[in-house]
Amino acid sequence: MTHPVDPEWPLYEIFVRGRRGLNHVHVGSLHAADDEMAVRNARDVYTRRNEGVSIWAVRADAIAASSPDEKDPFFAPAADKVYRHPTFHRVPDDVPHM
Amino acid sequence: MTDEARVAEFEATIARHDRIEPRDWMPEAYRATVVRQVAQHAHSEVIGMQPEGAWITRAPSLRRKATLLAKVQDEAGHGLYLYSACETLGVSRAQLTEKLIEGRQKYSSIFNYPTLSFADVGTIGWLVDGAAICNQVPLCRTSYGPYGRAMIRICKEESFHQRQGFELLLTMMRGTDEQRAMVQESVDRFWWPALMMFGPPDAESPNTAQSMAWGIKRDTNDELRQKFVDMTVPQAERLGVTLPDPDLRWNAERGHHDFGQPDWDEFATVVRGGGPCNAQRIDHRRRAHEDGAWVRTAASAFAARQREEVAS
Amino acid sequence: MHDDDHQSVYDGLTGGDESRWAFGAGLEAPDDALAGVGAPVPVGVDPHALATYCLMLGDDALVHSHRLSQWCSNAPDLEEDIALANVALDLLGQARLLLARAAVVDPGVVPVLPAGSPVPDEDALAFFRDAAEFRNVRLVEGENGDFAVTVARMLLFATHRLAVLQRLTASADPVLAAIAAKGVKEVAYHRDHAARWCVTLALGTEESRRRVVAGLERVWPFRDELSRTTPVEATAAAQGFGVDPGSVSDEVEAVLDQVLAASGLERPALPPVGEVAGGAGRDGRHTEAMGLLLAEMQVVARAHPLGRW
Repeated sequence: MTHPVDPEWPLYEIFVRGRRGLNHVHVGSLHAADDEMAVRNARDVYTRRNEGVSIWAVRADAIAASSPDEKDPFFAPAADKVYRHPTFHRVPDDVPHM
Repeated sequence: MTDEARVAEFEATIARHDRIEPRDWMPEAYRATVVRQVAQHAHSEVIGMQPEGAWITRAPSLRRKATLLAKVQDEAGHGLYLYSACETLGVSRAQLTEKLIEGRQKYSSIFNYPTLSFADVGTIGWLVDGAAICNQVPLCRTSYGPYGRAMIRICKEESFHQRQGFELLLTMMRGTDEQRAMVQESVDRFWWPALMMFGPPDAESPNTAQSMAWGIKRDTNDELRQKFVDMTVPQAERLGVTLPDPDLRWNAERGHHDFGQPDWDEFATVVRGGGPCNAQRIDHRRRAHEDGAWVRTAASAFAARQREEVAS
Repeated sequence: MHDDDHQSVYDGLTGGDESRWAFGAGLEAPDDALAGVGAPVPVGVDPHALATYCLMLGDDALVHSHRLSQWCSNAPDLEEDIALANVALDLLGQARLLLARAAVVDPGVVPVLPAGSPVPDEDALAFFRDAAEFRNVRLVEGENGDFAVTVARMLLFATHRLAVLQRLTASADPVLAAIAAKGVKEVAYHRDHAARWCVTLALGTEESRRRVVAGLERVWPFRDELSRTTPVEATAAAQGFGVDPGSVSDEVEAVLDQVLAASGLERPALPPVGEVAGGAGRDGRHTEAMGLLLAEMQVVARAHPLGRW
């Protein structure tokens, strides 16, 4: 363990296929020490570990793009835990603006 | 392309309310302003985990415990999305974290107030997240593309955080006298700091004009504050709590509520570092960051070793 | 700025077009978290033994979840903060189901609260029992220590729990079987997460290796209790609704050996921690940390026995 180590983990771009029939869609980015960790973190961060979704994690510096620095985070919400959903918290219909 | 042509193209993009994307040329001052605003927002999410996170272990029902833990976890996620948006402008999360813990970048002053009862969990959801939503919804259309896209998801989650908070307070108001008193006391403490979240009055807000011209910011502080008050007053009535402002009343002529001004001296003190929890929040963040350094280094070393083994 | 943005601040967020989301907005709430726990006790099953067994599994999950939730805002990075919160939420979900099931099959285990208290049974069990009534193993209740201790504890706990839950999917109690089926997927992830971190820390730097060795040594002596069969577990196994924890030992040892081998680590050569007056966590005899943990967990609930939350 003599080699110098950069404690800052590289950036990965994350693509998620939400269900069969859809393309993988860019959902955002995150840091991970290696590919394995990137996929696992993506599962936690971007899908809250929904079953049945497919995740691609690509090192940001490995992406060839028409515009080299382009990164394009796009975000989508989590779906598996009930307390993440507004209808779990019943607010009467007569509360304004809510 | 000449500099003049670049500026013209940038200005034209802004003028037609189109988005600036990471690869586009942009004036250095625009880039710096976006980095400052997004970083401040990211830091607010991460520091904002602390005041509510303090009640996870004490939440008085398992359902509320799950809701609260998931909410604070969402805030970590928001911080992460926003740091990612900043990284598209070439500033790393580690650099931003350093700036935060060295006190060179700010976060929302609301998180420098303590959470003193479990009702604060509900009040933060209702008032603080409510104010944050007023501030943030317009940002979904902010001119910097990655920031706007991050904000879409964040606003979606914030809006149900607000519902959760309101629903907690509503449930407590249906409970015992002690619980109702706890809710009122909490609202009394958070009302004025919530109004401060929109920033100083327009006349004293130096950055507003340029940020609006660039489409980074879309409403003035006072406009947003008025919207928040108008939105919140009927909710407070429904809840059965009193907002602690003797000057608060409906003005039929304006079609808005009149309301008093927060103590702007207190606001200035808190922003300068003199709030009740400024030092505590930064210490907490620094400790987590420093205590985690050996773990992050270990994972990097492990990954480097794996790559070497694959290569050899 | 358009006025309608603030007429309905929330509706205006996405313009109602959900197709833009990668995997759906998912704003329909799934079923109630505790749906289905009320099924009748199967013939041939002793309700009190079933309830006590549910409390053992539920208290393990609740207390471990409590410790993991203390990492919130304290983890080594944001990604791991989210991951640990996910594990804590999974275990909290399991605890809620198990405590609720215990209360259904034997209401006698639920603490009696003042007349008119709206506190649901799962909360009465979590917040109104004293330490001596908690049935969790001592392994899960100690202070967190550093990240390596947490990884080591998660590895030992999840390895054992996964082996138990896999067998519990065939429980004579259909509710327990369903809880186990859900839990298997979750705990498989916890075990995997801990195992990967164990290998990473062991092969990372000298410091991380030293820390993970120390972490394993700290939790290892508490391992025995997981696999020692109590009378309730013997009954549970005999009546077909539970698992004799001794019967999963071989599998647990094999998994741990595999992880340790991949990490280049030896098994700590440490004796099991001693019992107290002939008992341990499953008998309600805990460590000193447990009282403090419960004091914190229960303080608000106990101040408001008639409260609604």
